Parts: sequence; structure tokens; C-alpha cells
Amino acid sequence: MIRLTHEPIDYHALTEAVRRPGCGAVALFLGTVRDLTGDVVTVALDYEAYPAMAEKKLAEVEAETRARWPVGDVALVHRLGRLEVGDVSVAVAVACPHRVEAFEACRYAIDRIKEVVPIWKKDLGADGRAEWVHPHDVAAPGTGA
Amino acid sequence: MIVRVQLFARSRDLAGADAVTVELPAGATVAALRAALAAAYPRLSGLLARCAVAVDTEFARDEDSVQEGSEIALLPPVSGG
Repeated sequence: MIRLTHEPIDYHALTEAVRRPGCGAVALFLGTVRDLTGDVVTVALDYEAYPAMAEKKLAEVEAETRARWPVGDVALVHRLGRLEVGDVSVAVAVACPHRVEAFEACRYAIDRIKEVVPIWKKDLGADGRAEWVHPHDVAAPGTGA
Repeated sequence: MIVRVQLFARSRDLAGADAVTVELPAGATVAALRAALAAAYPRLSGLLARCAVAVDTEFARDEDSVQEGSEIALLPPVSGG
């Protein structure tokens, strides 16, 4: 299951939704808005997507994850719009028979989301600063994701 | 042909528009599209080299061609997550 949403992500419901009797392991990853990058203060992040392509790429990440690990079910949800410090921007929930597979599949899915899904965030500071984050090699403001 | 290019994030701010148009020969390549964008919208030129181009919601290579009616988007380095 994949979804883009402007609403808060109910990660408890998401985790329940992927559980299967044949899966003894569920891994959940949450990306949350971080307040500090180095000494730069973030008060909020504004997320936007190219929706048609973002949904297509999320579906591809889901298919890749299912192809590589024995996934019982997987859910990939990214939130859009204005998020404040602590808000959940992205959630990946994966159920697999065993924990090693669940951790690996979850890690793979969030890494791929960050590489190929056309979503961007604007970093908003307390002083009115507003900068799009377009990473190259430096640590970029954002989340733990 | 006239092609419309959707813009996102900083590229949209630099151009001051959600989309721009450029004129290209029929069947022009993505490389030609990049050159035409840089010429017509110099403010985009710095970021352009770091952007991907999507044709019909798929990442395109510079040698790929653009057709009339293709859905084209300029994608700055992504920062989801």
C-alpha cells in the first residue's frame, strides 16, 4: 500500500494493517521533523510532491521491496504540506516472517524513497528563513529519514 | 513544437511560475530541452544542471526524445523523507 496524504499519519493503524499471521516481525520506520541541523534551527518543513510521479515511484519502491524480501505486507506513506518539529513526515511499515528481513526491507524502502520519489521540502526557520532543500553532499535539514 | 515544462520547489521559485514553455524541433532530445530552458530562462541555468527531467512521469536520459504532448517536468534534487 502506498499513499500521499496531507493528514497526520496514523502509524499505529498502519502498523496493524501490515500484520499477518505468517509474519513474526514488523518493522516500522518514522521520519520526524528535526529541530536542529548543525546549529541551524528548523521550526517547520513544507513538503510538496509531483503527485502523479511520486505515487508511481512509491508503487515501484513497494514492488522492489516485495521482490527482494518475503514481505507479508508493506505500507509506504508520505505526508505533504506544512509539518512542525516532531511531526511524522514519512512512515514505512513492513511485515516479514523474520526480523532480519523486516529490518532490511524497511531500510531499503526508506532509502529508495529518499532517492527516487519526487518530493521536496522547504526548510522554515524562526527568523523567516525559507529555503528549499536540494541536497548534494552536505547534511541537509530535515528528518531522521 | 511548443512544450510545457512543469516546475517544482526551487525551480518554480526561480522562474516565478508553476510551468514554462519552450519551442523545440519535433522529436528534440532532452539535452536540447535543457539547452532551450537555460537560454530562455537564465535564472534556471544554475540549478538546471543538477535537475532530472521527467517525461511522462519517468526519469529521462539526455538522449531520450520529447514528443509533442509529452508531460514534462523539471525535478530538482529530491528531499523527501
